[in-house]
Amino acid sequence: MSVRYGILALLERGPMYGYQLRAAFEECTGATWPLNIGQVYTTLSRLERDGLVRSLPETDGQRPYEITDAGRAEVALWFATPISRSDRPRDELAIKLALALTTPGVDVRSVVQTQRAATMRTLQEYTRLKARDDRPEDLSWRLILDAMIFQAEAEVRWLDHCEASLVRYRPADQPPAPGTPSAPAKAAAAADAPADEREEAGSR
Amino acid sequence: MTVLELRDVHRTHGRGEAAVHALRGVSLTVAAGELVAVMGPSGSGKSTLLNLAGGLDRPTQGEVHIEGQHLGGLNRRELAALRRRRVGYVFQDFNLLPSLTAAENVALPLELDGVSVRKARAAALAALAEVDLDGYAERFPDEMSGGQQQRVAIARALVGERRLVLADEPTGALDSQTGEAVLRLLRSRVDAGAAAVLVTHEARHAAWADRVVFLRDGVIVDTSGPLPTAENLLGATR
Repeated sequence: MSVRYGILALLERGPMYGYQLRAAFEECTGATWPLNIGQVYTTLSRLERDGLVRSLPETDGQRPYEITDAGRAEVALWFATPISRSDRPRDELAIKLALALTTPGVDVRSVVQTQRAATMRTLQEYTRLKARDDRPEDLSWRLILDAMIFQAEAEVRWLDHCEASLVRYRPADQPPAPGTPSAPAKAAAAADAPADEREEAGSR
Repeated sequence: MTVLELRDVHRTHGRGEAAVHALRGVSLTVAAGELVAVMGPSGSGKSTLLNLAGGLDRPTQGEVHIEGQHLGGLNRRELAALRRRRVGYVFQDFNLLPSLTAAENVALPLELDGVSVRKARAAALAALAEVDLDGYAERFPDEMSGGQQQRVAIARALVGERRLVLADEPTGALDSQTGEAVLRLLRSRVDAGAAAVLVTHEARHAAWADRVVFLRDGVIVDTSGPLPTAENLLGATR
């Protein structure tokens, strides 16, 4: 997603100039996505280049823009197309947990628990904001807040699931973590031997 | 003021080889004006914790105090009286008596406690008004929606001098909008001075609490309270 579609959608309401667009954008996203005015003007000039908006004559030093028919078609297509997960940035948290599992000396359960407490705290704060704003005219804002709440909830559920999986997880051939007591030397030697033989066999 | 306190509480079912350690050293305090959520997978000890907190079960080791009263020092009759006077329960399936009206359901714990019918009814009507159910006093449970029945259950939990609400999955049978309304109500009753423990497996509902406690295998593995400064998390200047 981009500011591009946001601005196009706002221009469906009627012609607006940069500062009005920025204010309207922030009003409907509850300031969760602050825009700088430079971004708005850069986007407008790209949209104009692509024929999706056109600029109108300046009044009082402000240049309003209006949406074109091609722009309306673009907005309609955007609303009609589902968002694909792969359009979004990769999930750093999932990658972090996957790496934690295979990095010696990292306590994965504590990574999970720390993250869950933090996500839960975020969820509590969102809920507090929601408890405060219960006016019907705030529906746009509450929809965004609910989206963040449900996403945070999904993350907590997923972390619960990870924690439960970790309880059953026994690393098959994980190297002993530094500083942790290793298996008895005899057992380790016995386990290593066949692997060494295979390696030697392979190199011959 | 501390309403509920659990001090290093253990609960073991059975003995020897077959012993099940449902809780292993849980300490928890809940003050008036505080809502504490307890989360955890099935078998983590959530229900055991709630049963001990309400005096329905006794700990194998450790102490439970309600409004300063040590439950271990009470006999069966005294414990039952304390439960009637001090503790209210809210369950997933509402647990209202179908043959009684909303007002009669709410008045019942007071009447069982020897309060006169007239006084109990007045207290019940006041409790129903506090959950925005004025005008529903003469309805029977099956004439009300699930959300309304749960509001009646919350009114019953807080009727008279009762200040401690123990809620076990109170939104389990409700859709998400109605469930949220019930939590909003519970939150407002707590803000008005009650103390509540909410057992839930839904993080979205636990998020209405001041503190969220995670139980696993009978132990509290972590606790999440809000950061004092995080009000500004979303640039809440709007």
